[in-house]
Amino acid sequence: MASSTHLDFEKPILDLYKKIDELQALSDKEGLDMTKDIEQLTQKAELLKTKIYENLEPINIVKLSRHPQRPISGDYIENIFEDFIELHGDRSYGDDHAIIGGLAKFEGRPVMIIAQQKGKTTKENIYRNFGMPQPEGYRKALRLMRFAEKFEIPIITLIDTPGAYPGLTSEERGVAEAIALNLQEMIGIKVPIISVVIGEGGSGGALGIAIGNTVAMLTYSIYSVISPEGCAAILWRDAGMSPLAATNLGLISSKLKELGIIDSIVEEPLEGAHTNYKKVFTKMRAFLKKELTKYSKYSHEELTNQRYDRFRKLGKYTEA
Amino acid sequence: MSILDWFATKNSANKSVTSKLDIPGNLWIKCIACGETLYSKDFEQNLKVCPKCEHHFRLTCHERLNITVDADSFIEIDYDLSPADSLDFTDIKAYKDRIVEANKKTGLNDAIITGEAKINGSDVAIGIMDFGYMGGSMGAVVGEKITRCIELATKKQIPAIIMSSSGGARMQEGMNSLMQMAKTSAALYRHKQQKLLFISVMLDPTTGGTTASFAMLGDLNITEPKALIGFAGARVIEQTIKQKLPKDFQRSEYLQEHGMIDHIVPRNKMKSFLANIIEMTNYHKQKIEETETVEQE
Ligand SMILES: [Zn+2]
Repeated sequence: MASSTHLDFEKPILDLYKKIDELQALSDKEGLDMTKDIEQLTQKAELLKTKIYENLEPINIVKLSRHPQRPISGDYIENIFEDFIELHGDRSYGDDHAIIGGLAKFEGRPVMIIAQQKGKTTKENIYRNFGMPQPEGYRKALRLMRFAEKFEIPIITLIDTPGAYPGLTSEERGVAEAIALNLQEMIGIKVPIISVVIGEGGSGGALGIAIGNTVAMLTYSIYSVISPEGCAAILWRDAGMSPLAATNLGLISSKLKELGIIDSIVEEPLEGAHTNYKKVFTKMRAFLKKELTKYSKYSHEELTNQRYDRFRKLGKYTEA
Repeated sequence: MSILDWFATKNSANKSVTSKLDIPGNLWIKCIACGETLYSKDFEQNLKVCPKCEHHFRLTCHERLNITVDADSFIEIDYDLSPADSLDFTDIKAYKDRIVEANKKTGLNDAIITGEAKINGSDVAIGIMDFGYMGGSMGAVVGEKITRCIELATKKQIPAIIMSSSGGARMQEGMNSLMQMAKTSAALYRHKQQKLLFISVMLDPTTGGTTASFAMLGDLNITEPKALIGFAGARVIEQTIKQKLPKDFQRSEYLQEHGMIDHIVPRNKMKSFLANIIEMTNYHKQKIEETETVEQE
């Protein structure tokens, strides 16, 4: 955790580790044997860590999902896939840097990757528009999905966006239409679609590439109809209420699995994906392999029917 | 009952959008757009469009239904669907209480009515949203009713018309509401596969997740003059780009100029417009059917 950006809730754990370091330094300096004390404290710290991470408030999971060191789509593409060939542009207006797409090999077979891409530095984030796609991004995504369909190439979508870009240009070029069209057309794509929320699943902007046969989330990712900040501002008229909004919106992976909105959770290390990239890549690779193997046995019709039924059944209401 | 009679006998609707002058009997109302004082009866006879400035006031779903479909042709479906509070959601008010209030205020079970009807004799499946019910927000009931309405149209091989008036997804239902965007759009996919007509009529206001799903997916996207139609809220956009927005931003005329709307139809022309499109898109199919009948004879 040393070089990482720390979050508020991590402080008690960090304090304990600091104490352990001090004790170690003291014992080295004075030549005292403090092994027992250090062992005890270390054990205590580990317990505290487990306790804190297993009971995280949703607002803290929101923070983890936006952690500046969290692996972004590009990291997964680089580490899980081979021979990525990026394919640019929507053939109509431009190339959106907030959604990247292209062919790659996964375990020896071709796949199409469509992924929302944030940045890690300010410069990168500006280039990627902070992961907020414009209409061109959704149109590029659909173009590439149709290409994949033509050649029987399965599609993997990675979701990580605060939402579609709320800007003048975005509205003028029809961001609502672009998202809507993807929702409609993805239902009929005749190859497997696996969607994984890896960070922020921001509302319609996330959904616009998330019509999968399987929809999964990483443990500390979020998926929400509106950001907790936006929700607090509208319903409470008080941005300070966003922790409560985060709780009430039910935006964390365990809750969404329970509600049947998502199918699987891809496990992150206890302290978050940013603390151990390798571990999360391994889990992701295993998950994708399992899903692709499963759907490789489906016919075109089975794939589109399964996808339709998956979304058709969502939503709770009462009927007299 | 004619449309005009129906309007004339109705007096409780649209309190929120027309400011009634404090005169006994509420004979006069003031136009919220131009300030003109209007005689109530004239205003209602003019389908709640200001005769002076042509401002189109919002209608309830039943008012809209009555000026859109043939008299006594509407057969409502799924009336008994009502919202469930699956998240046990509370903000400054409990969602459960908001539901009770909205039911009482509108006499509806949620923000839409759906059913089968005829427009100038042609069968259609139709859904009409009501902005008066929690801002016309789309939760699981609205999504399910729209989906079933479209599925009915697919099964019966008839056109579907959805008239939207909605602030978007209903936050109080969390992700269940977001998923209605996917569900309704999926139903439209199957409807369109059958070469059936879908007309989306976006009415003031249609925004957020409603715009970004079924409402933008019309074979034809239609609207009334000066309706607010958009994805993100104007205030959010202003904060993001830190500049003033154009004067008619997110209005019908602006959307048409940017290629998102097929036609802006004044209220008194809407029914005949819809009937015309239905007739023209059905012409070929009907010709084939007629030929087949002749051949059989
Ligand atoms: Zn007026």
